[in-house]
Amino acid sequence: MKQRHGFSIARWWSLVLKEFTQLRRDRLTFAMIAGIPILQTALFGYAINTNPKHLDTAIISADDTNITRSIIAAMQNSSYFKVVGELPNEAAAREALARGRLLFVVSIPAGFTRQLLRHERPSLLIEADATDPTATGSALAAVNGIVQSVVQREIAGPLAMLQGGPAPFEVNVHQLYNPESITQYNVVPGVMGMVLTLTMVMMTGLAITRERERGTMENLLAMPATPMEVMTGKLIPYIGIGLIQASIILLAARFIFHIPFLGNIGAVYLSTLLFIAANLTVGITFSSLARNQLQAVQLAIFYFLPNILLSGFMFPFKGMPTWAQMIGNLLPLTYFNRLIRGILLKANGWADSWPNVWPMMVFTVALMAVAVATYRRTLD
Amino acid sequence: MTDVSNLEYTVDVQGLNKHFGNKHVVRDLSLRVRRGEIFGFLGPNGSGKTTTIRMMCGLLKPDSGTGTCLGYDILRDSAEIKRRVGYMTQKFSFWEDLTITENLDFVARMYEIPSRRQAVRESLEGLGLTARAAQLAGDLSGGWKQRMALAACMLHKPDLLLLDEPTAGVDPRARRDFWDEIQSLAAKGISVLVSTHYMDEAVRCHKLAYIASGTLLVQGSAAEVIAGQHLSTWAIHGNRLSELQQTLRQQPGVAQTVTFGDVLHVSGTDANQLQRIVESAVGSSGRRAEPIDTSLEDVFIYLMGRREEQSGGQP
Ligand SMILES: Nc1ncnc2c1ncn2[C@@H]1O[C@H](COP(=O)(O)OP(=O)(O)O)[C@@H](O)[C@H]1O
Ligand SMILES: [Mg+2]
Repeated sequence: MKQRHGFSIARWWSLVLKEFTQLRRDRLTFAMIAGIPILQTALFGYAINTNPKHLDTAIISADDTNITRSIIAAMQNSSYFKVVGELPNEAAAREALARGRLLFVVSIPAGFTRQLLRHERPSLLIEADATDPTATGSALAAVNGIVQSVVQREIAGPLAMLQGGPAPFEVNVHQLYNPESITQYNVVPGVMGMVLTLTMVMMTGLAITRERERGTMENLLAMPATPMEVMTGKLIPYIGIGLIQASIILLAARFIFHIPFLGNIGAVYLSTLLFIAANLTVGITFSSLARNQLQAVQLAIFYFLPNILLSGFMFPFKGMPTWAQMIGNLLPLTYFNRLIRGILLKANGWADSWPNVWPMMVFTVALMAVAVATYRRTLD
Repeated sequence: MTDVSNLEYTVDVQGLNKHFGNKHVVRDLSLRVRRGEIFGFLGPNGSGKTTTIRMMCGLLKPDSGTGTCLGYDILRDSAEIKRRVGYMTQKFSFWEDLTITENLDFVARMYEIPSRRQAVRESLEGLGLTARAAQLAGDLSGGWKQRMALAACMLHKPDLLLLDEPTAGVDPRARRDFWDEIQSLAAKGISVLVSTHYMDEAVRCHKLAYIASGTLLVQGSAAEVIAGQHLSTWAIHGNRLSELQQTLRQQPGVAQTVTFGDVLHVSGTDANQLQRIVESAVGSSGRRAEPIDTSLEDVFIYLMGRREEQSGGQP
């Protein structure tokens, strides 16, 4: 008789089956499972994929020569930059950038042409308002090509020997307001963490409060299932759902947005699994706190907001104030964003990933303990 | 494991108390159910019946009190109790988005019933639900829901059934079938504790208990419960009974007056005094009065009224 008190695989499996069957009948939830990742990926993916052009640019020119005019013309011709005027000095430039009137200021220092002719590799400064890096990113990426074309067209004759060597002048790009420049590749992996956070927390939160609200919890509690069986049995289907969502986003990332997959795809899935586990524990804890489904949804949204704002998804983490970073450091999404970007974009291995893996593990174990402790075994 | 056939009482609880917040919902409640007995649990809404049943099967933790169910301690052995008790909740609590078969199958797996498929099939046949097996439980009518719920809580062949208002809102024919089923189960030695509001159901119980505002007022067979209140009752037939009721109600010797259709029941604890009052009130008005046996319903209404007086007229 004694062994029947322990975890029963048969009972646990029947809970898994029941959850699956109920999910299958719930058309709206089913639509959400596929709909959320598709919608979010499309929204964020295409929003960043629009290649913004004709961005307002001002010039501070301390050296007005044929060559500098040619450089400015080339920038204009690239259609990324739209020169709207000249500014007298750096202070005026900073103010215009701060107010958001301009996205770029190109500064040509005094003696630029003379230095160029002396092979002294003068530098051109481009200051960019990188608050929204997706706006400025592609323009800045085009600058090198522009330099190259100017060199080829203008620097002929006596300066022909400058060709072929290193570029005869330097372009210094100074990104303001956004030290950790996020490129478009950063965004789609970020969407994955966001989608998983929203759906996992909300769905598990709802799964248990739904039983309570419909009165079926009383029946479940009156049966011999242990809390551990009920909880894990309810979670299994959502792990599957999370992996499906992650796959939808990864497929979109690879084949629609052509994001390079530099790292190990197995590592991507392992990280995703760990992240799903972290979110499921949040979901069950919420379902213990919430009295009904509405409260569960409210808690999920309450949790979602700091995740989206403070995890480094919306704003670069290092640019946030310390208090915001402290909150961000408590959220699994912060670590998942770094982890998944590191693996996908930088081919990070185990050693590079570990600093982001263990905080998620600690989070999961701690919250699971909270969830088991707060799970109500009775109707009290 | 305890052998139920040697147990005298399948439910034996003493001094149960339960508070919700500062509301004292069950007070010092003790009751015993013998093996094979149908035990009727009566009382007005909100009197604590559901709470008491939930404490018996481990769904609520009593604030104080002790007891056993099928020989297992209600505080310590709730896992064992859950395995052996069939509990039918007051509100339908099966999964409406699962079919009847899926619900039964789930329950059968939960209790790890051997040869599960066969057990489910037999259960469907036994209750005449085979034709509706693939129907969603949520689409069933009230009567069918009750039948399914009873089938589900009988699947693991429990020795004790706790049925919380199983026939509320069910048509009379389905109620009768339901009770026939319960009586045949009891005949097989299964104990049944059933809460109800229906008097015709109460008289079919071997034992009765009446609870009001969390306090168990009486316990015993129908005859014992009636005799215990020492009430005499007269039935008055005739017209304009409500006028008569108004006058009688003022009399000190009248404990209660209740209209049942076109008959007025007048009860009192002093038989002689009651006779004088009734006869002088009826007098030559053309109405007709006769002494009758006090019914269970008269007693329960009396108990409820007394309870309200004691608690300062609070309903
Ligand atoms: N979970 C609960 N929380 C707070 N109050 C409750 C709870 N369950 C029942 N009650 C209150 O306890 C009292 C007894 O309820 P209950 O046992 O359901 O009565 P009955 O089943 O006899 O109608 C009622 O006043 C009810 O409002
Ligand atoms: Mg009740």
